This record gives sequence, structure tokens and C-alpha cells, in this order.
Amino acid sequence: MSAIVERLKALIGPEMAGPGLAFLAVVLVFGIASPQFLSAATFGSVAFQLPELGLLTLAMLLPILTGGLNLAITFTANIAGLTLAWVLQANGGVEAGPGAFALGSVLAILVGATSGVIMGLVIAFTRAHPILVSLSMMIFLRGLGEFLTRGGDVSGFPAYLGPLGHGSFLGVPIPLIVFIACVLAWHVLLTRSKLGFNTYMIGSNLEATRYSGINTRKVIVLVYALSGAMCAIAGIIMLARFNSVRIGHGESYLLITVLACFLGGVNPFGGFGRVIPVFVALVVLQLLSSGLNLVGANQHLATAVWGLLLAGVMVLRFVATKFKISFVRKET
Amino acid sequence: MRSFVRTHATEVSLFAVIVAISAVLSVSTANFFSLGNAFDLLNISSVNIIFAVGLLVVLIAGGIDISFAVAASVVQYGTAIALGWIGSGGWVSGLLIAASLGILLGAINAFLIHRFKVISIVATISTFNIYFGLLMFFTKGVSIYDLPDWLTDRVILFEHEMPDGTWIEITLPVLVMVICVIATWVLITRTTTGRQLYAFGDNPEGARRFGINIGAMQFIAFGWLGLMAGIGGLIQAHYAQEVVPNALYGRELDVLAAVVLGGARLGGGKGSVLGCVLGVLLISITQNGLNLMGVSPFAFKMIIGAIILVAITLSNSRIERLLPFVNQKGAGR
Amino acid sequence: MHQLATAGGGEKPLLSLRDINMTFGGVKALKNVSFDVRPGEVHCLAGENGCGKSTLIKIITGVYRPADGASIEFDGETYSHMSPVTAQDRGIQVIWQDLALFPEMSVAENIAFQTVIGRWPKLVDYGRMRQIATDALARLGVTLDVDLPLKEYAIAQRQIVAIARALVGEARLVFMDEPTASLTQSETDHLLDIVRGLSASGVAVVFVSHRLAEVLEISSRITVLRDGALVGVYPATGMTQSRITELMTGKTFDQQVRAKPRDGQPVVLDVEGLSRPGQFEDVSLTVRRGETLGITGLLGAGRTELALTLFGMLKPASGTIALEGRPVRFSSNRDAIAAGVAYLSEDRLSLGLIQPQAIADNLVISSLDKILAGGLLSEERKRSLVSRWIADLGVKIGLQQDAISTLSGGNQQRVAIAKWLATDPKLLILDAPTVGVDVGARAGIFDIVARLAESGLAIILISDEVPEVYFNADRVLHMAQGRIVGSYDPRTSSLADIEGAVYA
Repeated sequence: MSAIVERLKALIGPEMAGPGLAFLAVVLVFGIASPQFLSAATFGSVAFQLPELGLLTLAMLLPILTGGLNLAITFTANIAGLTLAWVLQANGGVEAGPGAFALGSVLAILVGATSGVIMGLVIAFTRAHPILVSLSMMIFLRGLGEFLTRGGDVSGFPAYLGPLGHGSFLGVPIPLIVFIACVLAWHVLLTRSKLGFNTYMIGSNLEATRYSGINTRKVIVLVYALSGAMCAIAGIIMLARFNSVRIGHGESYLLITVLACFLGGVNPFGGFGRVIPVFVALVVLQLLSSGLNLVGANQHLATAVWGLLLAGVMVLRFVATKFKISFVRKET
Repeated sequence: MRSFVRTHATEVSLFAVIVAISAVLSVSTANFFSLGNAFDLLNISSVNIIFAVGLLVVLIAGGIDISFAVAASVVQYGTAIALGWIGSGGWVSGLLIAASLGILLGAINAFLIHRFKVISIVATISTFNIYFGLLMFFTKGVSIYDLPDWLTDRVILFEHEMPDGTWIEITLPVLVMVICVIATWVLITRTTTGRQLYAFGDNPEGARRFGINIGAMQFIAFGWLGLMAGIGGLIQAHYAQEVVPNALYGRELDVLAAVVLGGARLGGGKGSVLGCVLGVLLISITQNGLNLMGVSPFAFKMIIGAIILVAITLSNSRIERLLPFVNQKGAGR
Repeated sequence: MHQLATAGGGEKPLLSLRDINMTFGGVKALKNVSFDVRPGEVHCLAGENGCGKSTLIKIITGVYRPADGASIEFDGETYSHMSPVTAQDRGIQVIWQDLALFPEMSVAENIAFQTVIGRWPKLVDYGRMRQIATDALARLGVTLDVDLPLKEYAIAQRQIVAIARALVGEARLVFMDEPTASLTQSETDHLLDIVRGLSASGVAVVFVSHRLAEVLEISSRITVLRDGALVGVYPATGMTQSRITELMTGKTFDQQVRAKPRDGQPVVLDVEGLSRPGQFEDVSLTVRRGETLGITGLLGAGRTELALTLFGMLKPASGTIALEGRPVRFSSNRDAIAAGVAYLSEDRLSLGLIQPQAIADNLVISSLDKILAGGLLSEERKRSLVSRWIADLGVKIGLQQDAISTLSGGNQQRVAIAKWLATDPKLLILDAPTVGVDVGARAGIFDIVARLAESGLAIILISDEVPEVYFNADRVLHMAQGRIVGSYDPRTSSLADIEGAVYA
């Protein structure tokens, strides 16, 4: 009997407790407070809002697992979006064909990955703190973007990009499909690949990992490169959704992605954290803001509630640890 | 002197960079090398320096705070409203209200961090969202332009016309900034509390074994930053002559970059007031110089970001670190 | 069992502990322990890792609070628990094993740190600090620049700073937790002189060290703890190292030399004139198939640097390394591992194993290619590989996904060995494999080493404990100041010969 419980525990993982409980609480509270909450409309709004924040959160997740942070994610997404926008404009703007879109997307992903590679190299070779490296990269990219766009919008894209932002396939929003594909890719990467394995090990102890014969520098560079590439995918989705690119778009997501990771049970010092609980945490955050919307509040209140939720989960985690210790004591 | 260079390498090299940039700018632009411009720079940088010395104390104690800039916005709004309640008030009551509100918001961070052992970046990211979300929710994003006259009137403490026709002005923000800088300097270098903060940031377990009150350290560090955020917030409202709820949003990362450029270390135990002030000034001077050189304002941030990236890379890499197999003496320890 | 010492028993103790109990998360760390220290004596606290020595010290100095019912009597006053501030005020000082110093702060501040402690803020008097620091260093006969940050100094000098700090103020009782662990022999001698001087001036010293020779040399009485309980208090005169070991472990050991001739076997490792200036010079050695080569010498003799060079993590300035007759040149430890070299780090906690991560992951980290299936890691293959090694080396574990930190030192070390065996090495370098392993579990580790050698592995066994290499290696090299200065065959040399040479 207890063996089955252990098995189940191992399967779900301890990280699932926080976001799982939060999910149940949110569904219960809003389900009671608002009859429209448990409806297709809520699902629809969550499904369309989730991908942007979600993709950026995936980009944030990998660096956090190595014990770092990537503060440049939102502007990397902007710059990558800008790359695609230019390729489209250079090929006729509204008239641009799918070939231009494919080329632009590849270049966008390359640009995103390059920003990551530069950060990764600096972090891996100088051991400078990732917060600082990515912070200066963020300031640089923001400046670069503002310089290139003069603070304005870039728009005028072919109509066939619309569905990538708003369309549905078999009733499922296309951005959501892209996002779920990326979630699965990240899940496989982290649980089944050598790179993912080494990412966790580096997060817990870089030197011991190096002594074990792992090329830690390569892993760090790859982690930031993948993070940058994921930002680019977010940037492409954002371009399609808003039908424009603007530097600063999605800027407010930056700290929310960190919040979502922590809410999803990712260890702030690195080494531990899984994709699926983070996904659930993201759904909770979106449900919260949709629910608050239904009862008449706006996004700003939702932001505050997100903050409260994170603080609440951390406090509960602390209380739970305390409780566990006193419980063990009583047993002996 | 030699030992000063050795123990203050960051400050000395920052100073050298500032001198070099200034030299280039005074040759290439007519207006840079004037006292008037220098005092302008001080006026512009005051609020950031006030924030920076506050953040420095938290970094020295081994923490980090993302929430102080939005906390300053909350303080601005709260102070404006409170002043409305009590009738106009004056600088004394304004500063008192702003300071108390700031300390309170800082104490909330310290409470989460100390009482519930939430690490500082998580705690302050959550309070960042709470403060900013609630502020925008309750204010509906509406700015306050109708501030008391004493708050919006420029206070010029000293002015003097130079022979070349430019004016030297020392304004209230500069005075307040100087007081904050000196107070922080006294706190962290001259008082036993300050030394305990350094020790706590350097080796928390060692500090604990000495019987240093860890909780007190957290409350002092975050309280001091709250105090500086409160004062800085009020001064910013005075300088801008309005209260805009999202005016300071994003400022936290710019200030953090400047403080770290000044030699403070994420992780604690290291950093000086001088380095911190030089860090902010380096960024302001570069910006000012680029402006005078006629560079597009859109390019400022890009250049500054590149400078910080290079500075961080260089300061972290003594050349031998870039090459594998060297400087791994005692790697087995 | 409680054979209490009677020498000088009439004297009133300076410190007297009674009924000390302490529990951590359900585990009893101390059970009804009593402990006495007399004024001016040098008292040794002995016991295996985890026996409760450090916990006891932390209770006496107020870092931990013991369970109710405890009594701590110091110089006539009785306390139910201490606080760090009270302990310092009463003259109780500690030199912690990790030193508990502040690397970014100046030497003066580190030594005179007490002057900034206190409930209410005061202005700092740097002049007085400098004076206190200079005086304390002078008392030890050392001069350091007290204005430099501590991080500028090497570990031995930091140790001096920690001692100087303990002497500031009127120290009555000084605890020294493994003070010689990172010192060379001459530094250790100097330290022991300081301890004698303190004792002569009436300061009591409680000395914790795993170097039993030192313990016997310096102390007058020995208190032995085992599993958090008091075994007894014994006078040092008439005590032997093996007797203390028996008391600490509750077991008797009679070791026999395992050395055998291996001359007929092919050479696996051939090192010729290897040098890294400042670390080791002109080192030449060979290791044959099935042979265990012992390398001993004091800390700082260049043993670890030599091992890291063989493992490809350091580059030699000159000299050659050949594996099975082929010259090799490693550009990283990945090349070395691929060529069949494995290195078990001396620092298991921070370099050898990734403490927070799972047992299974620690075991497979260096041989991930073996558990791939179709390019992806296979949970199935991982589990079977781990199960095989766990069974083979007799590791006692709960679940494979438990953190490695939940295991005892001995079991952790077995996992670390398994991790390297999984890479199919030809040469296994074991750097201080028994550090942090209980005396009782060490024999088990060496049984594994012997078995591996019999199966044809070439092994280099590095240790600063001469008996370890003497009993377990086929040949013993003595390394000092970066050079190999002696070679011994345990079958023809005596332990005393080698120890005499090493500790001279």
C-alpha cells in the first residue's frame, strides 16, 4: 500500500503540491463566485492568453534550473519579432509569401539564440552573475530595439499570419498548440536528454558536475541559447497576435515569468523544478486573472493577486516544512 | 596609497573610466566641461543615487530587492494623499510621511524574508507585483498633478552665474542626496551595526555564531532601503512636479545595474558608497555626453547596456580565468 | 565502561555540563551527555563523524539550545542554556572548523570582531581594532598586514587569524575544532606550542582532532563520544591510538599489510618527469595492472595537484604521461575519462558528489552514454545500472531517487566509487577516500579497493594518513614539497619508518 503511495508521490513530485492546491482553490472560489467561470468562454480567454506568458516562462525556466536567470527574455522576444517583421517587409510587407515568413522565422530564432549564446559565453567563461549579465543584455537589447524602431510600431504583415495569433484548429487555438508543443519539447529535453540532466546537475553544483567530466561551459551556453530561441518563438507568436512589433511589448511579463516558475515549485537556487507543475502554475495565473475579470476587476488587481499567491505559497511551504519536522519528532 | 588601490580596485578603475570619458567628451563637445553641466548632472542623478545607496545596504547584507522602485511610487501616492488629508503640510511632514511609509514597505519584505525564510528575490518579486498591482488598481493609473506648491516649487539653495554665462545651481534634491549618501556611509562604515551588516552578508553562519541578531539585520537592511525609497520617491515627485503611478516602474533594474557596476556583489559582504555613487555617475555622464555629442537618444540605452556588459565581463575575468587550466591552483580544495 | 579519570580529581572544574540532550528532526544527536573541563587543562574531545562533538561545542557556545533539564555550569554560575553573547562575555571562545571568518573584511576587523558586537549601535573604533589585532598577532609571534582584507591570505594564515580572534579578550576556555586539518607539519607544531602556552597561562583548551597522534601529544585528558552518548573520560597517559579508535568505534581492528608483488603485470600508467612549477616537480612513477600505489605526504605536498594533472584538469608544464604504453595529452578531464582515468575527489561534499541530487543521478552522471536508448536517457536502463552497482558495492540505500546527502559518509563514498567504476576505468585515483567516513566504515571501503585491484584495475591511493596507505597499498611513495622523496615496500618497511619520514 505505502509502496503505491510512494510511487504516486514520485510520479507527481513534491513540486506539484503548491500549484495543484492553488489550481483547486482558484477553480472552487471562482466557480462559486461566478456562474460563468466554468464555461467555454473562460477556457477560450485562458487558451489565448496563456501562450505568450507561457512561452516566455519556458525561456526563463532553463536558466533558473542552472541557478541563473535570464532578464533579457522579453526584449529578446521583441528583437526576434523585429527580425521577422523586417524580413516580411523587405519581401513586400502585406504581400510577403510563406517563404519569407519561413526565412524570417528561422532568422528570428537565430537572433534569439545568438543573444542567448553571448550571455551564455560571458556567464560560462567569466562566472559573472547571470542576473547582471542578462540585465545588461536586457538594457542593451531594449536600447538597440528603440534605436532601430525609434520607439514606434512596425506593422503591415500578410493576412495569413492572423490565424497564428487568433485562429483555431479543431477548436483549439493555434497559439495554444504551439505552446503545448513547446511544453512537451521542454519536458522531454529536461527529463530525457543529456543536456537536461546536466542542467539540473549544474544547478545544484557546477564544480562537482565539472569534476564528473561534464562540459559545463557548453551546457550553460546551450541553455541560454535555447532560452533565447524560445524567446524568439514567443516573439513570433506576439507578432501574429498583435499584428505589430513594438519594443517593450510584453515587458511586464518579465517578473511574472519568474513568479510562475517559483509558483511551479522550481527551486530559486536551481537544480530542481519540472515543466508540468510550471505549466499548471501558468494555468492558475491565467484562471485567476480571467476569474477576476469576470467579477469586475482588472488586470492590475490580478497582478497584485499573483504576487499575493506567490507569497502565500512560499509561506505555506515554510509552514508545511515546520509541520513535517514537528510531526516526525512526535513519532519518535 | 598602494594598499588603497589594491583594496579599492573597483572604485579606482571606475574613477579612471569617468576621467577618461570626461576627457574625451570635453575635447569633442564644447559644453561638457563646464561647472554648469557638472551640477546639472548632479541634479539629474540625485534620485538614482538615493535609491542606489539604499539598495547597496541590502546587497551588502546578502539580499536583493526588486520592489523598491514601485514601493517608491506607492510612497509618492500615499504621501500625496496623506498631505491632502492633513492640509498642505511642508517638507518636514512630507519627508516624515514618505520615510515612514517607505520603511513600512521595506519591513514587509524583511518580515517575509526573516519570518518565513522566503529568499529575498522571491519575496521581493511577489511584493513588487503586490505593490504595483494594487497601486495601479486603486489609482486606475491616474496621475496627480495637483500637488502642494511647496512640493513642486524648485528650491535652489545656492546659485551663481559663471563668467561664461552658465549657472551653477545646487537644488534641494542634491542636498537631500548628499545627506542620504553621508548617512549611508556613516551607517555602513562607522557604526557597529554597519559592520554587522557586512559580516552577515559575508558569512551568515559565522555572523550567527557571533550572536548577531539575524532578524534585526534583515529589518535594518530592508528598512534602510525602504527609507531611501521613500525619500527618493518624494524627491522624484518634487523634481518631476507630478506623481505618475508607473513613472518609476523598471527603475529597479537600472539602479541595480549601476550599483553592481560600482562594485557591490550579489551575495553580500562587498560594496562601498563611493563605488555606488561612481557607478550611477558613470552612467549619467555617459548619457549626458552622448546627448551633447548629438547621438540619438534612442541609442543611449543600447550603448549603456553594452558598456555594462563589457564592464561586468572585464571585472569578472582576470585574463587567466578566460584560459582554461590556469589559475586552478588549489582547485582540489 | 565509565572509567573516570582520577588524576587531579580534587580540582573544581571550570566548565561542567550535565544532562545534555539534543534532537534534530527526530534524531537524537546527544543523549544525557556530561562533560567537564578543568582550568588550564588541554582536554581532547574524540569521536567519529556525527558522534555529536560539534553539536556539543555549539551548545556550550550558545549556538544551539539543549533540551530542557540541561545544566551548564561555568566558573560558579549555572545556566540552562547559553547565548553566543554570554559565552563570549564569560571568556568562552571557539575556533570553528570552518573558521567562521569574514573574507571580505580586514584582518583587524576579523580579529577584533567582538568590539562591534552588542545590542545597541556604537561608532566603530578602527584604531582600537587595529591595536587589538596587532597585539593578538604579536602574542602568537606573527605579523600580518591587519588592514588587508582576509581573502588576500592563504588558509594557514586565516587559521592564525581565527586563533588570534579567540585570544582577544580574557579567554578562559578555548575550543579548537580540527584546527590542524589544513596546516603543514611545521605550522601544526607552532600551533601545538601556542596551545601549550595558553594552557600554561591558565586558559583551558578543548581540542578536537582526528589526528590521534596529535591528540595524545597535547592533551591531558580525553573524553570519548559515540553515537551522541558519552563513552568515558580517560587520562592521556597510557592511552594508545588503537585504544582510542576502539573506544570511538566500539570495535577492535587488527590490520594486516595487504601488499603483494605485482612485477609481472603490464604497466598501466607511466609518468616521466612530470612538473607543474610551484606545485610538483619531476615526478616519475608507474602503476601496474592490479597494483595499488600509495602516495602519502602532508597537505600541500602537491598530491592533489598531481592527481588532477593525471585526470586532465590541470596541464603539466613538462613531462609525459603514458597509458598502456601510449603517450596521452588531455585537454580536459573528459579526455582523461574517455582514456580510462577516474578520479575520486578528496572533497566529497563539494566536488565529489552533487549532494542535493538523487543517488541514482550521482551514480550515472559520468556514464550517461551507457543509459541512452534511441538518443534519449532511459529510466529503465538507469535503474538497472544503478541497481547493479548498488548491489555490487553493498551500498545501503532507501530509494534510488533519495538525495545522496541522506546517506552516511561511507555509503556516499561507495556511490562515488561506483560512479567511476561505471565509466570502465583502467586507472582509478582515490584521493583521501576515507575523509568524512567513520572509522568503522573505512575497512569496508578498503575491502572494495582490494577487490577492484584483484580484478585488474590499477589504483593510486592518496592519503595523508600513513597507516592507510601502509596497510592497503602494494607500494608507498612519500611526497614532500612537490617531489617524490621516498619509496617503500610495506612488506619490508615498518609503519614507524614511513611515519618517521613523513612527519619528520
